[in-house]
Amino acid sequence: MNADELQAFEDEIYAFVGQEVYPPTPAPDDVNMPMIRQWAEIMGDTNPAYLDADWAANSSRGRTIAPPAMMYAWGQEGFQVTKGRSPNAQSNLVALFNKHGYTGVLGTNVKQEYFKEVSPGDNVTIQMVIDNISERKTTSRGTGYFFETLSTFTDQHGDVIGTQRFKVLKFIPQEQPAAAASADGGLEVPTRIASVRGPDNGWWWDAVDEGKVLIQRCKSCQTLRHPPRPMCGECQSMEWDSIESTLKGEVLSYTCVRYPHVPGYPKDPICAVIKLAEGTNLVANVVGCEYEDVSIGMQVTGKVEQVDEKTTLPQFYPA
Amino acid sequence: MVANVKDKAVIVGVHNTQFSKNSGVSELNLAAQAVKGAIDDAGLKPTDIDGFATFTMDANDEIEVARAVGTGDMTFWGRSHYGGGAATGSLHQAVMAVSTGMAECVAVFRALNGRSGHRFSAGVSEGVMTADIIHWGWYMPYGLLTPASWVAMFTQRWMHNTGVTKDALFEVAHQTRQYAVNNPNAFFHERPFDRAEYDAARMICDPLQLFDCCQESDGASCVIVTTPERARDLKQPGVAVRGVAQAAAADQEQMTSFYRDEFAAIPEMEIAARNCYEMADLTPDDIDAAVIYDAFSPIVLWQIEAWNFCGAGESGDFVLDGALRPDGRLPCNTHGGQLSEAYIHGVNGIVEATKLVRGTSLNQPEKAVNHALVTSGVGIPTGGALLGKLD
Ligand SMILES: [Zn+2]
Repeated sequence: MNADELQAFEDEIYAFVGQEVYPPTPAPDDVNMPMIRQWAEIMGDTNPAYLDADWAANSSRGRTIAPPAMMYAWGQEGFQVTKGRSPNAQSNLVALFNKHGYTGVLGTNVKQEYFKEVSPGDNVTIQMVIDNISERKTTSRGTGYFFETLSTFTDQHGDVIGTQRFKVLKFIPQEQPAAAASADGGLEVPTRIASVRGPDNGWWWDAVDEGKVLIQRCKSCQTLRHPPRPMCGECQSMEWDSIESTLKGEVLSYTCVRYPHVPGYPKDPICAVIKLAEGTNLVANVVGCEYEDVSIGMQVTGKVEQVDEKTTLPQFYPA
Repeated sequence: MVANVKDKAVIVGVHNTQFSKNSGVSELNLAAQAVKGAIDDAGLKPTDIDGFATFTMDANDEIEVARAVGTGDMTFWGRSHYGGGAATGSLHQAVMAVSTGMAECVAVFRALNGRSGHRFSAGVSEGVMTADIIHWGWYMPYGLLTPASWVAMFTQRWMHNTGVTKDALFEVAHQTRQYAVNNPNAFFHERPFDRAEYDAARMICDPLQLFDCCQESDGASCVIVTTPERARDLKQPGVAVRGVAQAAAADQEQMTSFYRDEFAAIPEMEIAARNCYEMADLTPDDIDAAVIYDAFSPIVLWQIEAWNFCGAGESGDFVLDGALRPDGRLPCNTHGGQLSEAYIHGVNGIVEATKLVRGTSLNQPEKAVNHALVTSGVGIPTGGALLGKLD
């Protein structure tokens, strides 16, 4: 897409901002106990304010209420959706994105706000508009646009009971190596980059896979060394064994790697140089606390943990 | 033992290509432009070139550059290892070749599409630097993948040890920007910035923010090195290499020397400095200006200490006193540095140090520049060179 085509495309999508997806539409059923009971059962919510008429009669409200988070449920179209629905502003916008290659879709945020409670017998009216569309963004999923719909829920008196904002990313999916299709057609979830295992270091990583952090020790002069290497720099002996670290240590330095975000890694990993109680230094992650809580001199305790589908690593927690 | 190279090799030609974020041409094209430009600057012919020196990281073959430029027969080619540690390392190769007579005119070059091609900020991965893969494997799984992340680890501890604050880091970043504002080939030409912009920029790896980091750039730089006899007959005033040194210190790793008793230090640069001063028979007091490798702002401070312009832990006060400014004790990175001109792996720094001694920097300090320092990268085996006027 050249600059002019991009401009034309963006003019077309931004024209959707403010368009109505659903005009104000009363829910087919009034707020009712059977639907509340089913919803609460599925959610595992046993709040008597929703379910127990006797309890509710004696409460400050004097009546049962619907769970506020149900407000979107009242207007759901139900089984008829499977027979197709007539086009609306949202489906037209999605079709426009798809036509230009932005076929990836990812719901990123739902935000509900509640202003008034409803009870069995009330009726909820739903209206939805396309509220905003972001500028073109480069995300870890690929390049695309966020669009947000705003649903407004009112009761039969015209009072707003709540709103819901739903944000969706439409993006170009081939820019997403993170979820490239694997040979069997499934989606491969990226993992951390593994250390290559050679003759001098493989044994150390093999031990990590078994839950242990080892420290190489010269058999001749007993000097500990890390990272492993084939000869002792103190006495030049090539005979060595190892001891297992207690994983007690102290932070010598640390940083939070905020940019760039690499697929397969947690966001903003904290990395530290840790002086182990045995005396050698080890680079590893500090987890279980915020960056602001880490300091030089802080005491930490390590555990060997599986951090993703393929990777096991020492991870250190505040002691 | 002191190496016997003082004034035996002379920089006679320099050239930078245009620096950009997308050169649109091959790295070979950039190398050929840089080498040809430096030959022209010297008043030499392509057939005068009989040697090349560059980085192991450079993707160009010497013989391809030679064919492209149309040099004569070649009798020397040498490469220096360890990324930006090779900046003055490639000059070191050329000086050894010229001073021993292995070659007479050596082109020192570095050409890279560092923004539009492979980006340093992309970090190391399984597919890159395969020879070093075992080494990077101690860091990659944790997410410690990029030059900024490795330098941040040193910076955090060094600031903790010395009490130096971001005021000093800002002074380094800000002063290079002040110089770049006057340099048409700099990314930040005519773009001043202030503390508010510095503070508001995104965090890359704590405590390094965006403007503590250099530019990823496309471009090439070249300097031509020849003998003093030949240099006296050429177009430009010769700039002699008084001393040039490389060093790796005990327990050295590439960018991750985290295993020393006190790792917030650069002992390799202290060794290079000591050897350079000795070779050149100069002291820090003799040095009038400097081009100090600035891939990241804090590394300039460590090098100021390593080269003994101030005591250990005093570099923060040194720069906050205005030392790096045009009228300061040590006008520094007067081209805008790699923070603000372009990141050509330090070879654009050799070009600028040569210009400072010639007296032709765009930001030439008012004082006489008899000697200039130029350094290589930090955290790796590294080095530096002392340049002076050819007698
Ligand atoms: Zn030993």
